[in-house]
Amino acid sequence: MTRPGGLRAWGFAIILVAVLAFPAAFGRYPVKLLQEILIWGIYAMSLDLLMGYAGMVSFGHSAFFGVGGYAAALALTGPGGALGGPLGALLLPAAAGALAALVVGFFSIRVSGVYFIMLTLAFSQMFYAYAFQTAWLGAEDGITGVPRPALLGVPTGEGWAFHVYVVAITALAALFLWRVVRSPFGHVLAGIHENEERMTAVGYPVRRYKLLGFVLAGTLAGLAGSLYAQFSGSITPDAFFWTTSGEALLMVIIGGTGTLGGAVLGAAAFILLQSLVSTYTERWMLILGVTFVLFVLFAPGGIVGALRGRIGLRA
Amino acid sequence: MTAPAALAVEGLRRSFGALTAVNGVTFAVAARERRAIIGPNGAGKTTLFNLITGHLRPTGGRILFEGEPLGALPPYAVARRGISRSFQRTNVFPRLPVIENLRLAAAATGRGSYDLVGSVTRLWVPAERARATAEAVGLTDRLDVAAGALSYGEQRQLEIGIALATRPKLLLLDEPTAGMSPEETQRMTELLAGLPQDITLLIIEHDMDVVFTLADRITVLHYGEVLTEGTADEVKADPRVYEVYLGSE
Amino acid sequence: MPFLPDFLGQALNGLAYGALLFLLSVGLTLIFGMLDIVNLAHGSFYMLGAYAGLATLAVTGNFWLAALAAPIAVGLIGALVERGLLRPLYRRSPLDQVLLTFGLIYLFEDLVKWGWGGRIRSISPPEVFSGRVSFGRVTLPSYRLFVIAFCLVVALVLWLVIEKTRLGAVIRAGVYDAEMAAGLGIDTGRVFTFVFAFGAALGGLSGVIAGPIQSAYPSMGVSILIPALIVVVVGGLGSLKGSFVGSLIIGQAETFGKVWLPGVSMLMIYVVMALIVVLRPQGLFGRPLR
Repeated sequence: MTRPGGLRAWGFAIILVAVLAFPAAFGRYPVKLLQEILIWGIYAMSLDLLMGYAGMVSFGHSAFFGVGGYAAALALTGPGGALGGPLGALLLPAAAGALAALVVGFFSIRVSGVYFIMLTLAFSQMFYAYAFQTAWLGAEDGITGVPRPALLGVPTGEGWAFHVYVVAITALAALFLWRVVRSPFGHVLAGIHENEERMTAVGYPVRRYKLLGFVLAGTLAGLAGSLYAQFSGSITPDAFFWTTSGEALLMVIIGGTGTLGGAVLGAAAFILLQSLVSTYTERWMLILGVTFVLFVLFAPGGIVGALRGRIGLRA
Repeated sequence: MTAPAALAVEGLRRSFGALTAVNGVTFAVAARERRAIIGPNGAGKTTLFNLITGHLRPTGGRILFEGEPLGALPPYAVARRGISRSFQRTNVFPRLPVIENLRLAAAATGRGSYDLVGSVTRLWVPAERARATAEAVGLTDRLDVAAGALSYGEQRQLEIGIALATRPKLLLLDEPTAGMSPEETQRMTELLAGLPQDITLLIIEHDMDVVFTLADRITVLHYGEVLTEGTADEVKADPRVYEVYLGSE
Repeated sequence: MPFLPDFLGQALNGLAYGALLFLLSVGLTLIFGMLDIVNLAHGSFYMLGAYAGLATLAVTGNFWLAALAAPIAVGLIGALVERGLLRPLYRRSPLDQVLLTFGLIYLFEDLVKWGWGGRIRSISPPEVFSGRVSFGRVTLPSYRLFVIAFCLVVALVLWLVIEKTRLGAVIRAGVYDAEMAAGLGIDTGRVFTFVFAFGAALGGLSGVIAGPIQSAYPSMGVSILIPALIVVVVGGLGSLKGSFVGSLIIGQAETFGKVWLPGVSMLMIYVVMALIVVLRPQGLFGRPLR
């Protein structure tokens, strides 16, 4: 008999191969969409770690996405391409996201619920305001002409190399988060989500765990922001704007909170809605808003929750 | 020369504005002793617990645990010293299975909770302790049931189990039989009587049968002060105790 | 001495902006106080108010009618939102309600784009207040003075209603303890709808009043929401007084930031907020946090 864990590993491998081979069968535009979905998928998964597992609904996640994007843009456009490798493309942006999350988290986790929402939201807007008026960050135009890095001696400019790179980072991020939510630390986060008071009473320094969770999520959001800057070749203050946080929230809710796969599904739904629907009608925002409202009202478990209820699928 | 008391409370005071809930309470509990705290509603019993566990800061006085002052430790640090508590209102992890409720508590003081990529199933020490605790509180048959789906009596058993799974040296129980039927109370009393003898027990309880069955000594609180203290027989013989209870009805 | 008139002019501009922020944030804070919802769609109500005003002006050409019709229309929309969308969620976590109001932002913004297009539309002030007034060397549009006076009157009326009337007593009871209010035999369901609709109407009113200063464009709600939320955080959630004082502070901080520190002016209001949050997490007049 196959263990469900083995089945899931097979499923993951099959999806990975399909996603990797995607450009062999499809043209430039669908491949671009897929890459965009993967990058936003990392971002949505990182928020889901906070929302779905730790129970911290943050409206300021764009701060770390933006910080990662700007860090990558600065490093990769730097003089002489000294940081043109994995250091500038991956490590620095992730570290920048982590550091920003450490500072924002330190102040924000002292409150919870709607106060947490408002504080995280205001903090992310602070980053927006700073980037918007700061010359060395390109002010309102942001930083353009961000080159794609060279990894292991291979330039990831166009075509297969960049695709493999994005897929690999997404897969690693997903595997890492998958381990985290099943780790002892992940179980502590779930316990805090369930009953923070009791976790304190049995001896867990709850704030430390929440802060660590917040920093982890910020790190991965920074990574996603960095990939986005490399993908689109630019980063603008809009990356910090609070609606960028809200979009990740939409993805997580539509996909299903507390399920990492759901976050990626939600990202796919969002990106497809945005790009496909907008080719037929200008009203994609309306459709998105209505879809989201309907999900909140009637399917709080998102796509994954609805599937589980319908066919008894277990995750 | 004798060993220090497991718990010593010295001149403990706590005011909420004009109201003084705990007013100069002093008592000591020996190691392995089972002490009941009784008193009419508003006597300051739960406030006393909240002061010991660090949920509230004293206005005055101090608390010594095994001879060491607890100072201003936050609740989680008090728990890590070996003081655990159950709550008057059931306070479990409703959507998690019973075994996970207990395992989280058992893992609280151990190492490995910051492990980000390890597997929970590899940490078998807390898992073993969770199973042992489930047996001690009579929930072995219910391990995979979500805590919120248990009956009220079972939830109270789990409530004690979570406190017990941290392996405390001092266990504070806040009305363990609150709201229970006579049968459930009977079962809970047996469960409490069967707790390991090396745990010092401090128990707030209204049911006098439970108190007289379990307690070595009884401290009576009244309006935030210690009215009297002694063995069950001494307390029963004290006319002031009856006055307090009858007078407050 | 050129500095002084400049200072006075800026202070008046800041006061006008603060007055508008008050009109907007007071609805937000009332809704939070009563229903425990952070209504992220409050900016959308502001935007809808501006467009409702625009529509009325197009038909009647009368600003005062527009200022009357906008809050009524937006109040009705608010009542519908509360009854139809938020009410089913009261049994769930309050966060679900916040999320729902976030979805409404997209919906309202796109509906307005559908109806009016995406470009900026100006709203002209009423004839009486279309000129400029001078105090010595300071001149400014007379409409701004009207805005200051109008918002002060609204503040006074609100204060009287909430402190002195039976309706106000009901609202205050609901703010402090909804269960208690229900125990007193108050139909909290109707009060909830009323308060939400009233808060929405105030948002709509602020939109049409702001029109001649800020113009109307679909994303105006998304941009104004943040200053309004900051006012509420600074003043204290659910506090009328806090909303008033917070608006004045943020109005001045924003305006003087632009004059004195143009390079970092947008950061000013966040610096103010950060200071308040560190020193006094519940805001200036908020109830202490649990």
